[in-house]
Amino acid sequence: MTNLLEAKGLHAAYGETKVLHGIDFAVRQGGVTALLGANGAGKTTALRAICGMVRTSGEISLAGKRIDGTATEDIVRLGVAQVPEGRGTFMELTVEENMRLGAYTRPAREATADFEHMFEYFPRLKERYKQQAGTLSGGEQQMLAIARALLLRPKLLLLDEPSFGLAPLIVQEIFRILARIKQDAGVSILLVEQNASIALEFAEDAYVLETGRIVMSGSSSDIVKDEGIRRSYLGY
Amino acid sequence: MFAGVLHQIMSGIATGGIYASVALALVMIYQATHHVNFAQGEMATFSTYITLTFINAGFPYWVALGTAVVLSFIVGVAIERVLMRPLANAPVLASVGVFIGLLLIVNSLSGWFFDYTIKQFPTPFPDHPMLGGYLSGHELGSTAVTLIVLISVYIFFRFTRLGLAMRAAAFNPVSSRLVGVRVGWMLALGWGLAAAIGAIAGAMVAPVVFLDPNMMAGILLYAFAGALLGGIDNPLGAVIGGFMVGVIENLGGAYLVGTELKLTLALVIIVTVLTIKPTGLMGRKVFSRV
Repeated sequence: MTNLLEAKGLHAAYGETKVLHGIDFAVRQGGVTALLGANGAGKTTALRAICGMVRTSGEISLAGKRIDGTATEDIVRLGVAQVPEGRGTFMELTVEENMRLGAYTRPAREATADFEHMFEYFPRLKERYKQQAGTLSGGEQQMLAIARALLLRPKLLLLDEPSFGLAPLIVQEIFRILARIKQDAGVSILLVEQNASIALEFAEDAYVLETGRIVMSGSSSDIVKDEGIRRSYLGY
Repeated sequence: MFAGVLHQIMSGIATGGIYASVALALVMIYQATHHVNFAQGEMATFSTYITLTFINAGFPYWVALGTAVVLSFIVGVAIERVLMRPLANAPVLASVGVFIGLLLIVNSLSGWFFDYTIKQFPTPFPDHPMLGGYLSGHELGSTAVTLIVLISVYIFFRFTRLGLAMRAAAFNPVSSRLVGVRVGWMLALGWGLAAAIGAIAGAMVAPVVFLDPNMMAGILLYAFAGALLGGIDNPLGAVIGGFMVGVIENLGGAYLVGTELKLTLALVIIVTVLTIKPTGLMGRKVFSRV
């Protein structure tokens, strides 16, 4: 299988503060890759780097083409959707308007058909369609964020902590739906999670980050078996 | 007495319409940048001179105005791209400095190109009283034009893809970029729209107050009072606030402080709103759940 996304020697910094110190990782075509690690390891920064939201050096390529140094809006147009940290909801706008914005880069008629798909995955969004998005619960906002990202019809979906701040039952529900989406849409996924056990269950490949460096990578099953790694980095 | 009050209210609504459109122009830039563009009035004055130049060159009124509106839009976009863009991450005072500089420069340009003498400005509307004598033809016509502008702006923001993208960019630029909205251009578009609205407001007010380089100075103050009164981050609020200020100004001027001191009413409104209810009557209420 070929790689859809590849990062080589990726450095990233906020002003003077360096966060990533030359990391390599990849997402396989149609696969799910997890980036794991503690708070402050640089997981979110890695996602921001892919979308051109932080200053980087090193190489990032999508389907063989370099995308580092490209503006965020143009990377998005190449088929990279991100569910950002904190879900990125447009609080003041309605659920409908949030979804329309997800489909902003696509012809309106095509997108309207996709709305129905989203309602199949997330029936609750249909109930809340005309409601201000800021009034949704955390789980509903997460669903809205995923729907917004999918409406872009991405090749690559970047998910930043979809489990953050949600009750365990809701987290399970969201990952069940994500598994369905992966099958239906054939989208490749890069998942950032602190909840390592659920992430390793969902992903095929995983990288473990510590303070901006990769300390281990491999198939999820190998990482799950490695008790040392699990104890020292994943905390379970 | 009653007829007199009614008359004051009606012409208050007519001038209020002008304040409402300038207030809307202020809100358009405020929403996206959280800065009040002090130069908005001077830009509108300059646009009005452009309209007059076209009229004097023999173009029909509406063609002249339409051309000036389009040119103003382009210049508004250009100002954002060239002057404001480099300041995107600069401290507030830097932006304020640029606004004041822009005000002085545009004001001087008006005087330099078109001289400082007070000029008459034509109205396209019939010159006789209407609605049983309560409103002049120009007052009625300019109110209608203002309403058409306001409704078009509302429809644009509420029902079009571009309008939605502009609102999104103002509320949440980071998420907007992540769905592919070109946030920088949305901002420039906001400046263009504000300048275009200013051009129309200028042409509607000039027949009443006459055209000179400082024509908009007082009007900007009323418009700012209106925007604050309605809620400076709420376009609809700003429009309603603009109309209210127009009525308050006319009634206060006629029965309270006299026409000489009318402008102080604007200051009174500004200070009162800022001390009692800084968000204005219809300031944005955001529900958020964490």
